[in-house]
Amino acid sequence: MSTETVAATAPAATAPRRGGPAPRQGLPRPVARTIRYGLLVLFVLIVLMPLYVLVVTSFKSGREIGVNGQWNLPETWTFASWAKAWTALGPSFGRTFQLAIPVALISSLIGAANGFVLSRWRFPGADVVFTLILFGMFIPYQAVMIPLRDVVSWLGVAPGIPTLVFVHTVYGIPICTLIFRNYYATIIPEELIEAAQMDGAGLLRTFRSLILPVSIPGFVVTVIWQFTSSWNDYLFAIFLSNTRNGPITIALNALAGAQSPDYAAAMAGALITSLPTLLVYVLLGRWFIGGMMAGSVKS
Amino acid sequence: MRHRRRTWIPGLLLISPSLILLAVFVYGLIGWTVNLSLQDRHNARPAKGYVGLDNYTKLFTSDINDRFTHSLKNLVVFTLVFMAGTIVLGLIWALLLERRAKAEGFWRTVYLFPMAVSFVASGVVWRWLMNTGQGDSAGGINAIFHGLGLGFLESPWWTDPDWGMAAMAVPAIWQLSGYVMALFLAGFRGIPEELREAAVVDGATTFQLYRQVLFPQLTPTILSALIITGHMSMKMFDLIMSVSGAQWLTEVPAVYVWQTLLTRDYAKAAAISVFLLLIVAVVVVPYLIHVNRSEKRS
Repeated sequence: MSTETVAATAPAATAPRRGGPAPRQGLPRPVARTIRYGLLVLFVLIVLMPLYVLVVTSFKSGREIGVNGQWNLPETWTFASWAKAWTALGPSFGRTFQLAIPVALISSLIGAANGFVLSRWRFPGADVVFTLILFGMFIPYQAVMIPLRDVVSWLGVAPGIPTLVFVHTVYGIPICTLIFRNYYATIIPEELIEAAQMDGAGLLRTFRSLILPVSIPGFVVTVIWQFTSSWNDYLFAIFLSNTRNGPITIALNALAGAQSPDYAAAMAGALITSLPTLLVYVLLGRWFIGGMMAGSVKS
Repeated sequence: MRHRRRTWIPGLLLISPSLILLAVFVYGLIGWTVNLSLQDRHNARPAKGYVGLDNYTKLFTSDINDRFTHSLKNLVVFTLVFMAGTIVLGLIWALLLERRAKAEGFWRTVYLFPMAVSFVASGVVWRWLMNTGQGDSAGGINAIFHGLGLGFLESPWWTDPDWGMAAMAVPAIWQLSGYVMALFLAGFRGIPEELREAAVVDGATTFQLYRQVLFPQLTPTILSALIITGHMSMKMFDLIMSVSGAQWLTEVPAVYVWQTLLTRDYAKAAAISVFLLLIVAVVVVPYLIHVNRSEKRS
């Protein structure tokens, strides 16, 4: 790939020195820095704009909606819409935790085991198997939805959270496997496994006492990924549940999807729905990108 | 100490439950959808038998108002705008953050923020921001353009027959550019520091450094960003449902499948899904083979 061509043209033979000279700048340093931070601030404002509107609208009274500009602060702050939204979403709020937590934990654990086998305990045909697993990550769920509903009703399983836990776990296997496989391929040296072998450790013991303790960065990535994607999913949810037993996206859509919805309540509902995932990102976001950079996402 | 040969059997055993689940629930169900798409199964009645490729040809020849062709055109417009937008924004953000910045974690977290919000929730606010209306009831975006004296940029957004589909890509770009940024940041991090230093020692300007050294190294990342965003856009369903309520103007195949299911035309819905899967497979399978090969070489 491009690595060879660059290595050939770039004078890689020069002894690499830490803290070498900075590149000759096109612009004077302070100017470049001002532009850089100016742009960073500008983009932050653009990204946060919709969130600002979400928040202020959710505190407006129904009367203020539509007569007061969308960017204006509420004239009178009211929690009425939050109360209304909570009445509509409350029951599904707790249910969605019962969906997202097991999905995040189970599929991460399965992914770690698969990733370990595929990176460091390979079997004949592992490459083909891995490619087939990977393709599972790319299938549009529409291509399995129609018979999936038949299978679920044929198995006699009631639609609702347990069904969704199963489905999200299964379709999460490919991405979790990929993340852990790349992670282990980067951080676990082959010699380490061989050393464990010579000490007589089998696969399960090697996995449990050697691999799992260093797997935290991988787990952070898969747990965040699976938690948010099952929390936020709507497609599986409308196929396999309803407003009485489904996750929060279904309830939110029922609240906000009408022809002319109560926008203040819809915004409050959207915020309630987003709080857990936003919290996960704020608390763990650093490690998410860190984990991706540790080589856990293929580039 | 006795050296034991590592056998592969435990590995296969450990991974086999996953393999069985995926064989049944991915490949088995895809097979079943293909099977269904070759039959005549309208309503809840049992299938009336195989009709060959009729369901597929009908999509192009006798679909009401050329609905399927229309949804494909929409998908093309959406995909192009969405991919261009997320990749350009993601790359700019990554370039701004690639070298050590003050409060690095803060910028990154904010840019990733929208990704944490569900499409259903972000659809609620974008539907509101992209509202049409005059004066105080104007949607937030039109109000900004109006306030800046850029009235000619005001638009009915997703209800515009010409630009509706491009407008629909805006919320999607808002939502996923941060993810593309994260991909690029990971890509930059993967470039050996020695390459950069060597170029600097050689007197490369910043521009030359990026143009001739860093960007060529980033090619695999750009390729995977293209594949990932392209694939995301094929599946785009919740956002469109929630912003526009899946109206004709902004319908894409992923939404059309759902609308068809509501009319209980299972075979036709299956045919649309299989078509969608084929588009994805044509792009993704060569990519996966390429990744596998280049990994073996290195």
